[in-house]
Amino acid sequence: MTRALRTVLYRCHVESGARFGPYAGYEMPIQYQGVLAEHRAVRERAGMFDVSHMGEISVRGPRALSLLQGLTPNNVDALAPGRAHYSALLTARGTFIDDLLVYRLGEEDFLLVVNAASRARDLELVQAAAQVEEDVRVDDLSGETALIAVQGPEAAGIVADVVGSEASELRYYSFLQQASEGRLVSRTGYTGEDGFEIYTPNESAETLWLELLERGGDRGLVPAGLGARDTLRLEAGMMLCGQDIDETTTPIEAGLSWMVKWKKGDFVGREALARQRQGGCRHRLVGFEVVGRGIARHGHRLTVSDRPGCAGPVTSGAFAPTLGRAIGIARVDCGDGDVPEPGAAASVEVRGREIACRIVKLPFYLRPKTSGG
Amino acid sequence: MIPDDRLYTEQHEWLKLEDGEAVLGITDFAQQELGDVVFVEMPAAGQAFEAGFEIGAIESVKAVAEIYTPVGGTVKETNSQLEDAPELVNEDPYGEGWLVRLQLSGEGPDDLMTASEYESLLAAG
Repeated sequence: MTRALRTVLYRCHVESGARFGPYAGYEMPIQYQGVLAEHRAVRERAGMFDVSHMGEISVRGPRALSLLQGLTPNNVDALAPGRAHYSALLTARGTFIDDLLVYRLGEEDFLLVVNAASRARDLELVQAAAQVEEDVRVDDLSGETALIAVQGPEAAGIVADVVGSEASELRYYSFLQQASEGRLVSRTGYTGEDGFEIYTPNESAETLWLELLERGGDRGLVPAGLGARDTLRLEAGMMLCGQDIDETTTPIEAGLSWMVKWKKGDFVGREALARQRQGGCRHRLVGFEVVGRGIARHGHRLTVSDRPGCAGPVTSGAFAPTLGRAIGIARVDCGDGDVPEPGAAASVEVRGREIACRIVKLPFYLRPKTSGG
Repeated sequence: MIPDDRLYTEQHEWLKLEDGEAVLGITDFAQQELGDVVFVEMPAAGQAFEAGFEIGAIESVKAVAEIYTPVGGTVKETNSQLEDAPELVNEDPYGEGWLVRLQLSGEGPDDLMTASEYESLLAAG
């Protein structure tokens, strides 16, 4: 077993009293004061996450656009410089190798932000494609780039204080580049709240972290770990790659068909997805909430009532702090039938006991609408 | 401080013996390891258990810990406060956060630790 990697912010986490756990080969902060308090801070005020384990791959050159059009299902051509979108790397079967963000830095300059666990494979894929498409330069910037996410209703004010007021003008899924700092500030996140993700060179990460913590303290900013990140993203109905979606799941099955753009040209997985679009798919990811007493967890089995055979494994399950009840996502086999409707009765088996559940629409939690963001 | 009026298991449970009955809970170390407790699954009153069997589970936001009884007995009472306030397990593991009261069947307890032995176990990591 190789030694776990640490992010450049490791010392800051120790200082803040973090408890660490292994994640994608890294020793990451799981919690500081506690998952519930950190979760609440992000929903009500602000929380800050070190997600430097994420991978960053630069793709540049005259053929960069056509390379990414061929590799990802979303329409990169429609992405204006200064904007980002959610997309994926798929197998020929249309299933997820990874989900990712594509940032368009310039006409011929893109940044892919990928999951740590699949970074090496993603990089290989992009590099292999770049061998075919000449005039594309691929660089793995993961090792030199730190990523700090500031999330919550107070995030805009805090981030504006530290990186400049132009940050608070950003629209959702827009970003700005601060060349002098080598920094990219993006209005994106994985919590269901307004928020920012700040990409910064390793050398300046600690200073930025400490400054955010200091300037944000008055507004309730606290460091938050991967524990809260997981409950926050699940409430927001966001998929975790490698857990909810993987090489057995397509975007259509995952309810992410909006990321598949049919009017663009060919891309990896298109044929398989087109078949599913025509003929439907057996497996679907559905959201559910636990009605009875108990908590469904990853690996438990959800069964939809009155639908023989309509069942499957829970891919994510947790107590949802904001909702005050247990929720989850399950991958159910619908056979030739329809996807179970929201409201449909179901049950999950936990330690030999059947617990009543109900199918619900994703997301579980939608933040109250405010101006901006 | 680890209370010295009770016994401890290697699974970080405590057992307080009083007049043929035993009260069972988890230790401060256990609740810290688990993190925020959000649900406690308890046995029904009247259910009988042999020593070493699982009698319930404690769920935190991030993990599940099964609870095993180190003694045989019949469930007399469970801590009903935990239904609405599972966080008592975190806040007061040796007091208000107790789990189950058992009527001892006479089986066990064997091999339980005293407070100072348990403290050494924790110190040894």
